[in-house]
Amino acid sequence: MKVELQNLTKIFPSRNKKAGGEVVAVNDFTFTIPDGKLIGLLGPSGCGKSTTLYMISGLQKPSGGKIFFGDDDVTELAAEDRGVGLVFQNYALYPHMTVKQNILFPLQNLKGADKLPKDVMLERAYEAAKLVQIDELMDRKPSELSGGQQQRVAIARALVKMPKVLLLDEPLSNLDARLRLQTREEIRRIQKETGITTIFVTHDQEEAMSISDLIVVMKLGVVQQIGKPQDVYDNPTNLFVAKFLGTPPVNVFEGSVKGGKLYIGDAAVLETPGVDDQDVFVGIRPEGFILDNNGPLTCKLNSVEVMGRDVSVVSTHSASLNPVVRSIIDADNQVAAGATVSYSLKPHKVFLFGKADESRIYFGVKSDG
Amino acid sequence: MVESKHSWKAWIYLAPAIVLLLIFTVWPIINTLRMAFLEGYSTMGAVGGATYEFGIGNFKQVLEYKDFLTCLGNTMLLCVLTVPISTILALLIAVCLNAIKPLQRLLQTIFFLPYVTNSIAIGMVFAAMFNMVGSAFGGENELIITAGIINNVLGFFGMDPVNWINAGSSYGANMVVMVVYIVWNALPFKILILLGGLQSINKQYYDAAKVDGTSRRRVFTRITVPLLSPMLAYVVITDFIGGFKEYSSIVGIFGEDMGPTGDPRRLNTMVGFIYDALANHQGRASAAALILFGIIFVVTLINLYVSKKKTHY
Repeated sequence: MKVELQNLTKIFPSRNKKAGGEVVAVNDFTFTIPDGKLIGLLGPSGCGKSTTLYMISGLQKPSGGKIFFGDDDVTELAAEDRGVGLVFQNYALYPHMTVKQNILFPLQNLKGADKLPKDVMLERAYEAAKLVQIDELMDRKPSELSGGQQQRVAIARALVKMPKVLLLDEPLSNLDARLRLQTREEIRRIQKETGITTIFVTHDQEEAMSISDLIVVMKLGVVQQIGKPQDVYDNPTNLFVAKFLGTPPVNVFEGSVKGGKLYIGDAAVLETPGVDDQDVFVGIRPEGFILDNNGPLTCKLNSVEVMGRDVSVVSTHSASLNPVVRSIIDADNQVAAGATVSYSLKPHKVFLFGKADESRIYFGVKSDG
Repeated sequence: MVESKHSWKAWIYLAPAIVLLLIFTVWPIINTLRMAFLEGYSTMGAVGGATYEFGIGNFKQVLEYKDFLTCLGNTMLLCVLTVPISTILALLIAVCLNAIKPLQRLLQTIFFLPYVTNSIAIGMVFAAMFNMVGSAFGGENELIITAGIINNVLGFFGMDPVNWINAGSSYGANMVVMVVYIVWNALPFKILILLGGLQSINKQYYDAAKVDGTSRRRVFTRITVPLLSPMLAYVVITDFIGGFKEYSSIVGIFGEDMGPTGDPRRLNTMVGFIYDALANHQGRASAAALILFGIIFVVTLINLYVSKKKTHY
């Protein structure tokens, strides 16, 4: 089922009438989520990603705009009539029911023509449990399960009624690091197996990038960029997106363009044909540095961290807006001990952003690199 | 831990409370036990130098008393009727209160007012409400004049006035008044506890139920009630204990005669029985108090056993 959002907007009225000022949680969000894809809504807290999810689920009413499931307008439809499965951040498993009862619960709610015979319900509950590999735990209470197992039960409960859309709110935030890796693979596998259009919310860019077909980066209720994770990473539309994606984060410098050349400090570091003279922010991905003794960008060397496959060179530069400049270099390259380190740059890993609105300024990359 | 060197200080700080407890709680309990097992004990006699033998005669006497069975029956009946009714009503009111947003605080206060009002005073108001002036026997030229608001309301709907509490009233009518009064009196505390319980239930359970298309009735029976069960068990247990000690409510409506005019003691309760015996037969009163304790103890054990099976913590 494809999900279409048209100019979706949510405005929360101000709590304090005197202080005034309503909060625009989601602002004019238009996007079509293709059928059977896994979408990550990504952004820092308070960016409206959860609100968007709750509007799709029907638990919150949009202030404006429309939501379509397939060709059906569901904007006015109550949550129970939308056929969505929702997994809450802290799972919201009913503590007084066993795992089996929890998974059966949505099926037992079915009324009239949809009503299922008992054995079919049980069969489907076990099917869902098998899919998330908890069929051994059916008679336990949620309090007797680990966080990861509870998570699986919550997913099984959402899947058992065969929803058109599966919504996951911060599905991995309550799990420890090891389990998080494992569970995100699991979510990917379940999504692939069921083919259900799945939307999940996260503030962890790595999580979103690793399993999503498409990611939506949001900030303060406004969609910043939508695209395939790699495309968004390689081609951020503004400074926020560039900074939000990637670990280690992008290195940001103050710079200026003069006569088709990019200057960081006094050094002309790159040809930037087609860009007018102006002051800019320069974002350089850590992997965009090439160790080069004659390179134009010279930084004060702090330390070299060996990570096995790569080395991470930590240095400082007076024009850097980050506390340190961090580059990642293939371990084959020997970093000469010394007071400074010099780099040349990979042009496609260098992004320019306007000073005023922080939006991307594109420049022609010469093919000779 | 307080260092042992300074533990005497702790004892001094605790002393006032301990002394008061010993005098007014511990000693009376021991004394009740003692008096109950001394044949025909009376304080006046004991002060006069009489000695009493150890025995279980007091208990025998209590159980053989015809009045005792009336008291036990009244108490049991009131408990069995009022506890479920008040609990169910309190639950419904709490759920409704929880569902409305505007004026919730005000309504909460209104519902809590009976709790802070003297029960004798409330009883007198109820007595006035259910009152009836005139005669229910209705001779040829007799006019039936009602004064109580309840009978006025009944009259407004074209129904005959009922003699609720006055001379010649029926036991059933008396009981209805008592049940209404006790239930009404028990509501505030229960509503307060249950509302507190409701407000502590995570809202996400309801969101989850909503997404899963759960009907309101099922949300109530399958989610709200089970999650509220610890509070429900608590109010039921405490209400049973309170119910077995019912006394002042009856005094409030019927006066110390514990019954309508012309039929005193008809509505007497266990505590009423103890008070009656207390004047001259302290041994018998003590025995009755111990029997009441035994009954409350057993009922509470049953309550705890049932709630353990049915309650989710």
